[in-house]
Amino acid sequence: MLGFTITQWLFGTLSLMAIMFALMMVFTRSPVNSALYLIMTFFCIAGHYLLLNAQFLAVVQIVVYAGAIMVLFLYIIMLMNLNADEEPRKHVLTRAIAAIIGGMLLFVMIGALRGAEQLQMVQGGASQIGLVKNLGKVLFTEFLFPFEIASVLLLAALVGAIMIGKRDTNINSKETTN
Amino acid sequence: MIAFVIYKAIMCAAVFLICLGAAAYATLWERKFAAFLQDRKGPSRAGWGGLLQPLADGVKMFMKEEIIPNVSNRALFILGPSLFMITAVVTSAVVPWAKPVNIGGHIYDMQITDINIGVIYLLGVASIGVYGIMIGGWASNNKFALLGAVRASSQMISYEIPMGIALIALIISSGGSLSLKEIVEEQDLHYANIVCQPLGFLIFFICALAETNRAPFDLPECETELVGGYHTEYSSMKLGLFLFAEYINMFISSAVIATLYFGGYNFPFAHELYAKLGLADGSVWISLIGFGALMTKIFGFICLFMWIRWTLPRFRYDQLMNLGWKTLLPLSLFNLLLTVAIEYFRGNIHF
Repeated sequence: MLGFTITQWLFGTLSLMAIMFALMMVFTRSPVNSALYLIMTFFCIAGHYLLLNAQFLAVVQIVVYAGAIMVLFLYIIMLMNLNADEEPRKHVLTRAIAAIIGGMLLFVMIGALRGAEQLQMVQGGASQIGLVKNLGKVLFTEFLFPFEIASVLLLAALVGAIMIGKRDTNINSKETTN
Repeated sequence: MIAFVIYKAIMCAAVFLICLGAAAYATLWERKFAAFLQDRKGPSRAGWGGLLQPLADGVKMFMKEEIIPNVSNRALFILGPSLFMITAVVTSAVVPWAKPVNIGGHIYDMQITDINIGVIYLLGVASIGVYGIMIGGWASNNKFALLGAVRASSQMISYEIPMGIALIALIISSGGSLSLKEIVEEQDLHYANIVCQPLGFLIFFICALAETNRAPFDLPECETELVGGYHTEYSSMKLGLFLFAEYINMFISSAVIATLYFGGYNFPFAHELYAKLGLADGSVWISLIGFGALMTKIFGFICLFMWIRWTLPRFRYDQLMNLGWKTLLPLSLFNLLLTVAIEYFRGNIHF
C-alpha cells in the first residue's frame, strides 16, 4: 500500500489523530469538550505504546490517565458548571506574554529534538522490553530506589491533598469555638 | 491469513450474539426471579410462559418517541449511551469461553483474543465504562442527571481500588500470569482459585456489584432521590441501551468472576469424565461440555446478583463510601499481605 507497511500506516494515522485531537483540545471553547479531546489524545498515545509492543504501558496509560485522572477533571468541570460564554476574556498583554512563553517552550523542545538523530534506535515491534514481566523485573531490581522514591513522593502528595482538604473544617471549628 | 480473519470474525460475532442473547433473557429472568421471590407470577403473556417478553420489550423501546432535550448537548447526549454499550460489550474479548478446539490439525482458541495483560485490560475497560454515564448525565443538562452521573463516577472510582488489589492477590496466588487463559489453565491443573482466595473473592464480588451499578449499589439511578438518576432525560432506545448495558455488564462480570475464581470452563473430575467418555484433547465435545459448565456458573452468579438485588435495600450514600474506603480497602490490603506471606512461606516467592 503506497510502499508503507501496516505498522507505518498505523503509526501515521495514530500520530495524525493524536496531533489533531491535541489541537482541538487547545482550540475548543467548551471545557468539557476540551477534556474529552484530551482523553482521545491519551487513547492515541496508548495506541503508540501498543505499536512499540509495550502493552502494559498502553493499558496503564488508559487506566490511570483516561480512566482515573480525566474522570476527576471532568467531574470538577461538570460540578463547577464552566461554560464557554462565561470564560473571562484575558487582557491583551497577558495573552502576548502567554504566546511568548509558549513560543519559547516550543523553541526549547525543537532544540532538544534536534539531537534526536544521534540517539540509538530502539527496535520497536519485536522488542520484549515493554512486557509486564520484564518491566517488573527492571523496576524492582535496577531501578528500585527511584521507584520507591517516586512512591514516597506520591504518598506525600496524597497526604498533602488530604491536609488541604481538611484545613477548611478546622478553621471553621476554631471560629465557632472562639 | 484469510482463514484466521474468518475465524476471528466468527468468534467476535458469536460472542457478541451470546452476550446480547444472554442479556436479553437475563431481563426476563430478572422479572421472573423477582416474581418468584415476591410470590407473584411475573410476565406470562408474551409467548409460552413469557418467553417472548424480551422481544416485546425491545420492540416497545424502538417504537417509542425519541426526545432529545433542546438545552442538552446533542452530540454528547447521543455519545453517552453508545459509549456505555460499547464498554459493556468489549470486556468479553478476553474471556476464554471453552477449551481450544482442534479442527483438522489447527488449534482454535475459544476466545476472541488472549492478550498477556488480560486482567489489567478488564480494569481498564471498567474504568472507561464510567464515561458513558458521566457524559450522558452531564449532556442532559438536568440537575438530577448530573447528580446521578457524579455519584456513578465517584462510586466506580472508589470501588476500582479494592477490586484491583484483590486481583493482585489473585494473580500472586495463581502463578503470576495476567492472561485469563493461563489463569484458567492453572486452575485446571490444581484447584479453583476460590480455595486459596476466599476473602479476595468476596471483595471482588462486592466490587463487581458496585461496578455494575446493581442494587444495593444503584445509587446513580436512585429513583427515590434522583427521579431516574443519570438517565432521567433519556427516552426510547437510548434509555433502552442504558438499561440493557447493565444486563450485559452483569453477564460479563459473572463470566469474569467464574473465570477468575471458579475455574472458568473447568469443573471437578472433568478429566475423569472425559476419559470415561473416551474424548481426546481438542475434541469439540470437550469444548461444548466446558462451555456448558461455564454457562452454568454464569447463570448461578446472575441468580446471586438478582437474589441480592431483591433482598437488600439500597445503601445510603455515606454508607456506600464508608464500605468502599474504610472496609473493603483495608480488607483487600490485608488479603494481599496475607497472600504474599503464605506464598512466601510456601516458597513460591523469592526475594
